[in-house]
Amino acid sequence: MIAIEILGLEKTYSVGFWRKKPKCALKPLHLTVEEGEIFGFLGPNGAGKTTTLKLLMGLVFPTAGSARILGMEVDDPRMKAQIGFLPEQPYFYDYLTARELLNYYGQLSGVAAKERSRKIDDVLQRVGLPDVGGVQLRKFSKGMLQRVGIAQAILHDPKLLFFDEPMSGLDPMGRREVRDLMEQLKQEGKTVFFSTHILSDAEALCDRVAIIHQGELRGVGAVADLTSSVHGKVEIVWQGTAVPSSLRALGAECHVTGDTVRAVLSEANQDSAIDALRRERLRLISVIPVRTSLEDYFVQKLQPAEAVAGVKS
Amino acid sequence: MSGRIVHIASNTFREAVRDRVLYNLIAFALLMSGAAILVGQISIEIERLVVINLGLSAVSLFGMVIAIFIGIGLVSKEIEKRTLYTVLSRPVRRWEFIVGKFFGLAGTLMVNAFFMAVGVFGALLYVSRHFQRADSWVLVALYFIILQFLIITALALLFSSFSSPLLSAVFAFALFVIGSFAEDLRGFAALTHGVMRWLATGAAYLVPNFSALNVISSVAHQQPVSGQLIWYNTIYALIYATMALCGAVLIFEHRNLK
Repeated sequence: MIAIEILGLEKTYSVGFWRKKPKCALKPLHLTVEEGEIFGFLGPNGAGKTTTLKLLMGLVFPTAGSARILGMEVDDPRMKAQIGFLPEQPYFYDYLTARELLNYYGQLSGVAAKERSRKIDDVLQRVGLPDVGGVQLRKFSKGMLQRVGIAQAILHDPKLLFFDEPMSGLDPMGRREVRDLMEQLKQEGKTVFFSTHILSDAEALCDRVAIIHQGELRGVGAVADLTSSVHGKVEIVWQGTAVPSSLRALGAECHVTGDTVRAVLSEANQDSAIDALRRERLRLISVIPVRTSLEDYFVQKLQPAEAVAGVKS
Repeated sequence: MSGRIVHIASNTFREAVRDRVLYNLIAFALLMSGAAILVGQISIEIERLVVINLGLSAVSLFGMVIAIFIGIGLVSKEIEKRTLYTVLSRPVRRWEFIVGKFFGLAGTLMVNAFFMAVGVFGALLYVSRHFQRADSWVLVALYFIILQFLIITALALLFSSFSSPLLSAVFAFALFVIGSFAEDLRGFAALTHGVMRWLATGAAYLVPNFSALNVISSVAHQQPVSGQLIWYNTIYALIYATMALCGAVLIFEHRNLK
């Protein structure tokens, strides 16, 4: 079943005070996200990720096109009761304590009073803030605010979550915890749509990703498919600092790092290379086919179309 | 009223209290105590008149300043700090947000006015040692001041829904000043001719008529306020505030929250 269906969503702003000029923030976007998947929306800063999320949240109005979330219009309150949203670099009412803020959001989301207290304790525990519920948010660090932001998004047990740069402001441990939390949410059957420019997070978490650049969708697909194209090359790593001359004769590109050597060569020469290492009694560490990384794919998609065509020709 | 409006209103009230807005009551209490002691010493026979004039004018001025300076930031601050995003991504309609904010600030002003009214009556009791029957008209003057608060709060929200806090403050304060001379503006319109008359009359009826809602002087002189004026002013203030609030909702419903 489709969780998010975007049909030609487009946004153009008018900029300037006197003679207003149109500025296209999002070119017609067509995208679907299935229920139960973690979907990464990737792009560099200013690519149109936040604009797309704001359009889906009904915070800005589209110039053209439409979107349906859980089969409902984006301004339908019944739909909004079933989604959670974490904005980029969230800022909350700093005169409230974390518990008061979550209570307020729980009230607005229609969480029953008798359940609210238990749910607040639960989410504060889940985001790693079990002991600071009574502290005013003005005393929170950026990372703690990010965690509160995640807590308010999951408080009312939504089916679908929208996270705008969820790892922003978090230390490595915090990022790891958020990644674990997103995987837990997926296991609970929830759909997660998150924007990021940190590719390692996307590669580790996402079932599918879309790449957006200059307001235009440049590519979309399953992470496994995008990173599985093999170049017909293998990477062989062994212990030592010596490179047998027979390996160089096979056309291997070798790099010595500390006490290991990494060689990349044609897949056709793989067996000959392994035989050469055995003859020299060198200890083999790994033999791995060279695949496209998400980063390679991302960089390729961000290049202008003409540059890509030029490289191919 | 929808539950969400109540929650937004109570959060707005809590924000005002925690931002120490009600601390102005301390300044007011000091002003009233000082005035009562001073007036008691220097005025002969007119202590009540001075205390009522000074007290009610201060209630009006303090409340107006709070209404304008909080009201202008009610929407723009939420957009600027992006706190609005997590509210409107929930099952909250935009009009509910505006109406909730209005009631939150109106509630703050009423609580403020209540405590200041207690201060006025306290000072009155200090200077005249007992209450008179005519003092009950002070309550009517306070009621009219609260009606003024409702109008200026709705106007501040209206300006806040489309302009910056600074411009909103300028607009709201300008309307407060012009509205305080609305009767004079209507008198001036009657003296003009042709297109000028149309323009002046239009402007006179467009600005809020705060002068009709100001009965401080007559109440201080122990003059009664007619039931008809109370009724007319109530209807006028409610219609004016509702129209300003509807304008704020209409603008905000179509605003892109960049």
